[in-house]
Amino acid sequence: MIETVSKKNDYALIVIFAAAVLTMPIWLAPIGAGYPDLLQKFAIFGIFAVGFNILFGLTGYLSFGHAAFLGVGSYTAVWMFKLLGMNAIPAVVMSIAFSGLFALAIGFVSLRRSGIYFSILTLAFAQMAYNLAYSVLTPITNGETGLRVLSDDPRILDRLFGASEGDGVLLANFFGIDLVGYPGFYFCAAMLIIAFYVAIRITHSPFGMMLKAVKSNQNRMNYTGLNARPYTLAAFVISGMYAGLAGGLLAVTDPLAGAERMQWTASGEVVLMTILGGAGTLLGPILGAALIKYFENIFSAFNEGTLHNFFSFLPDGLEDVAVSIASLFVGEGWHLTLGVLFMLVVIFLPGGIMEGIRRLVSLFGKRDSGGGAEPTKAGPKKTAGTDKAGMVPAPAE
Amino acid sequence: MDAILLQILNGLDKGGAYALIALGLTLIFGTLGVVNFAHGALFMLGAFCAVTMNKLLTLEKVALDPDKTTAWGSPLEIRTPYIEDWFGEFGAVLIDFSVPVSILLAIPVMLLVGLAMERGLIRFFYKRPHAEQILVTFGLAIVLQEIIKHFFGANPIPQPAPVELRGMIDFGTMIGLEAGTVVYPWWRMVYLIFSLAIIGGVFAFLQYTTFGMVVRAGMADRDTVGLLGIDINRRFTIMFALAAIVAGLAGVMYTPILSPDYHMGMDFLVLSFVVVVVGGMGSLSGAVAAGFLLGILQSFASLNEVKAIFPGIDQIIIYLVAVVVLLVRPRGLMGRKGVMET
Repeated sequence: MIETVSKKNDYALIVIFAAAVLTMPIWLAPIGAGYPDLLQKFAIFGIFAVGFNILFGLTGYLSFGHAAFLGVGSYTAVWMFKLLGMNAIPAVVMSIAFSGLFALAIGFVSLRRSGIYFSILTLAFAQMAYNLAYSVLTPITNGETGLRVLSDDPRILDRLFGASEGDGVLLANFFGIDLVGYPGFYFCAAMLIIAFYVAIRITHSPFGMMLKAVKSNQNRMNYTGLNARPYTLAAFVISGMYAGLAGGLLAVTDPLAGAERMQWTASGEVVLMTILGGAGTLLGPILGAALIKYFENIFSAFNEGTLHNFFSFLPDGLEDVAVSIASLFVGEGWHLTLGVLFMLVVIFLPGGIMEGIRRLVSLFGKRDSGGGAEPTKAGPKKTAGTDKAGMVPAPAE
Repeated sequence: MDAILLQILNGLDKGGAYALIALGLTLIFGTLGVVNFAHGALFMLGAFCAVTMNKLLTLEKVALDPDKTTAWGSPLEIRTPYIEDWFGEFGAVLIDFSVPVSILLAIPVMLLVGLAMERGLIRFFYKRPHAEQILVTFGLAIVLQEIIKHFFGANPIPQPAPVELRGMIDFGTMIGLEAGTVVYPWWRMVYLIFSLAIIGGVFAFLQYTTFGMVVRAGMADRDTVGLLGIDINRRFTIMFALAAIVAGLAGVMYTPILSPDYHMGMDFLVLSFVVVVVGGMGSLSGAVAAGFLLGILQSFASLNEVKAIFPGIDQIIIYLVAVVVLLVRPRGLMGRKGVMET
């Protein structure tokens, strides 16, 4: 009975989610986010965060090296472009496969330890990958310049099928459709929807239950005779593959891969996205990723001039004070805002935005019904219900 | 032989910095049970204490000399730092020694920063999971870093060592080797001695004072010490401030070796955490030993002969050692049983 209800809820969730994602260009336009470059980023980093959440949100293992998989995905995708051709499908498939392999190797070693040791180990591996990409692996990664597709690369499939030799910049395509602008966004959006669907199925599967059990009490699991490591390793590899997919898509929308994508600040960013949205929830990481990318875009575009416009309603002296304070947080200082946000969320709302929404909903629920029918409904399908509740306010932003 | 000695010496000064930061990290972890990702930022703040001091000392008074003119006819400007104007020769010496003098500024500043950080933020996180401690201190590190970037800019600001200590020291002749075989910059020697002195000071403080004894007892069994009627939390707060001062001083003295910029703390933090893990979480002597050890290993790995066999080894040696140590000796070189075993 509960099974079927939660399954129905899953389908409802994915349908609403797909509709919301595909119509993003329309309902995000009023807040100035309705252009493809930013929407692509929403989708790509949404995938990254959803994948990270499968590891961190479900099993509680905090990886500080996830950007390495993003980087591997990007490099693989660009190499596929160089060797096979500009079609996006082989690039994406291979970047998932390669980062999965990479994650298998790293996870096999790192998962022998847990807690902070695990964080340090993943960080160590990611830093190794980053340092190597900059130094010894230059023949593969092209060092600081970044890996690009050149016009004299083999691109076997392109040559084979006699794809038109564009004399301009080489762009990734999907069977003839150039993946820039809106086609690029819809490609990423389709990937996001598939990735999200897989994440839902994983979360609600027995395997997902096992991962949650690892988070809540690993000792007890061991006492019942279960070996948790295969499960955590599987979660690590899956989440690495998500990161690889995100990296591949980054290369698809802009065929260039650089080592700075692997730096540990990038790993920190995906942690922040997940925490901000709400670790362990389905929609939270995507919300977090979109919010951070949105504010990054808005805040870094601010400068003194726009600030003066913004505070022009204040008296002169006050305006200058307000501008000088605000200028700390915008433009170049965007990272300061990010840091402050990070701290505030961890201190006051460790459950992230989804937790906040849940609190608001329960607050209003109590006030409206006066303790009537509402609490009884929120039974076994509580998580699914609140996930959907999270859908509703999102478009209002 | 002398080549090996030289590499060991080369590794020791960097190892000194790692050891000092790792010592502070271990102190904080051992007393408060908090994983402090903002410790690298404290190192960076210390370095910028030196920058500030240098700026303060070299504030200049501009006077016009009416008798002389510059090439394009305007009166010649004579710039003298106020401090030289007031104290004459002594002022000039002060400016020359601005980096060591900055210690006087760094101690109170880092003490205040440490106390504010502990009382204002860290104490709310004693009982929270390690993941949340890592995240909130990581956020704090970003904030501190960006504030420094706002005031000092993103570019490295070189700090000169005192003139007398700028040259090279012929270390080989001191121990009876041929002259010119083992030469070593003076300032690095100073840094090495300085870091050894600080480490010795911290250990002596913990070992031979009543305060240190209580802190050690608290590290071993916090609850029992509390039951004896001792306010252990207050002492632990002071230990946090002490760790902040140690990190700050490490930063101050490191400025002539590496020009400080706003993200130097993060670079050192990652390495220092690796050092702590290699040394063994919660072991002070382990942290110090691992700091020097990894510093030396890094300097050996950057030898051309080694690089010819294992290309790129200098970039990854520390992480590689950490991985091997964690897999072979999960508690680290000198880790105690029962610390962070979950």
